[in-house]
Amino acid sequence: MTNLLIKGTIDTLYIVSMSTLFALIGGLPIGVFLTVWKNDGIAPFVYGEKLLSGIVNTVRSIPFVILIIALFPFTRLIVGRSYGVEASIVALVVGAIPFVARLVESALAEVDEGLIKAAITMGATPWQIVVNVYLVESVPALIRLVSLTMITLVGYAAMAGVVGGGGLGDIAIRYGLHRYQTDVMLLTIVIMVIMVQLIQSGFNFIANRLDRRRA
Amino acid sequence: MTVSPVNAIEYIPDSGVLEKVYLVIGMRKKVVTRALSSFADGSFFIGGNMIRIENLTKSYRNENNRLLALNDVSATIKDGEFLGIIGSSGAGKSTLIRQLSLIERPDKGTIWLDDVDLFKLNGQDLLRMRRQLGIVFQGYHLLEQKNVFENIAFPLKLVNMNKDEIKKRVEELISLVGLNEKAFAYPIQLSGGQKQRVAIARALASSPSLLLCDEPTSALDVITTKSILDLLVEIHRKTNVTIVIITHELSVVKTVCKRVIVMNEGSFVEDGSVSEVFVSPKHEMTKLLLSYQEGLL
Repeated sequence: MTNLLIKGTIDTLYIVSMSTLFALIGGLPIGVFLTVWKNDGIAPFVYGEKLLSGIVNTVRSIPFVILIIALFPFTRLIVGRSYGVEASIVALVVGAIPFVARLVESALAEVDEGLIKAAITMGATPWQIVVNVYLVESVPALIRLVSLTMITLVGYAAMAGVVGGGGLGDIAIRYGLHRYQTDVMLLTIVIMVIMVQLIQSGFNFIANRLDRRRA
Repeated sequence: MTVSPVNAIEYIPDSGVLEKVYLVIGMRKKVVTRALSSFADGSFFIGGNMIRIENLTKSYRNENNRLLALNDVSATIKDGEFLGIIGSSGAGKSTLIRQLSLIERPDKGTIWLDDVDLFKLNGQDLLRMRRQLGIVFQGYHLLEQKNVFENIAFPLKLVNMNKDEIKKRVEELISLVGLNEKAFAYPIQLSGGQKQRVAIARALASSPSLLLCDEPTSALDVITTKSILDLLVEIHRKTNVTIVIITHELSVVKTVCKRVIVMNEGSFVEDGSVSEVFVSPKHEMTKLLLSYQEGLL
């Protein structure tokens, strides 16, 4: 049982960190475009923003369990099968990209609007503003966003376990539910609680260390 | 005899002598350098960076109203001038700033910098022109995650200046604004006055043709205000950059400016030397501003 739980924990960590990584790679640029393309943004492109926003909302409105199943054909196309650790990552990335995009958008919205105006009057290009102002100024918020995404994905990864997605959720369903092994069920819960605590406090620590607004 | 530019070069035996003559008769170093180099290419330039605001008009619309924020204003700002533009809220100051800082286009009229129509500029030319304007804001608007040095270096980084040059220029500016001790402090660790010093240094970083100050002291207490104004005067004396302060504070204009323009309801209602305008005000708004000022003292 110990081996089973260790493997489950490693799988969950792998699923969560890989899908967070890919979700950030996909979600960060989308969040930036959602910000700069706005009507009052630094590079207005209203149709682009509306389209992107529509796609983001559509994906976000699909409950995650249903999204995993709906994505089966797509998942099979990418990783060759619709169950297991890799398959979970595919579904999680698709589900998390719009989530990350909205988080990035709200993190960037916190940047002082006057500072953006100031950068424009200094002759900065939109790209320079994104890199040197938006992203630099929101570093602490972006780091907190990573922990928020990871924690959400710990939960999502467990849901993927329902359809044989591997990791702790899978174990909890197969052993805890179907075989009435309450101890396994309880232990998976304990492990996930610890995992979430560590992610939260670890990233908070990093974000606080990097935040120059704390004297 | 008409002296054509080509002939003129023959009459200039030694540009060093000419430079001294020009400096003695009161021409500014920057202008002299430009004038001398213009002789070499035959363009024969004598003058400075002259800003001409020409029939500038701007209005804003909402559902059923049309607000005329700038109503056909014109003025010439000569190189090296220290000008105050004063008005109460709603007079059109903010609109004027948005036009002068080239982030909004007027409905009619334009602004000239020498022979360049600023609102005909697009793309790279517009970016380049914006870099020639240094702007100081009421709310400082510094990068909170960057230290004093990096904040002042920001405009230089935008033009890809190399690291050594940036370091040299930023150190110069830091000592000009008297923040040597605070070079590596972050904005959160600075007082309001110190933040405004950083903002002034940042605005001067790219050696602008114009230093535009938008209510630079309105968020500061009287003592800090005094020190910031002293700094502006010192900068003006040392660099002769054209400074325009736009404010609602009469005392600011009185203390540092040589010339004042009074704004009211989108128009320039008075324009003259500070002593003239404040000693014998002609427009009702100027009288009103002065009476409030006296009431306060």
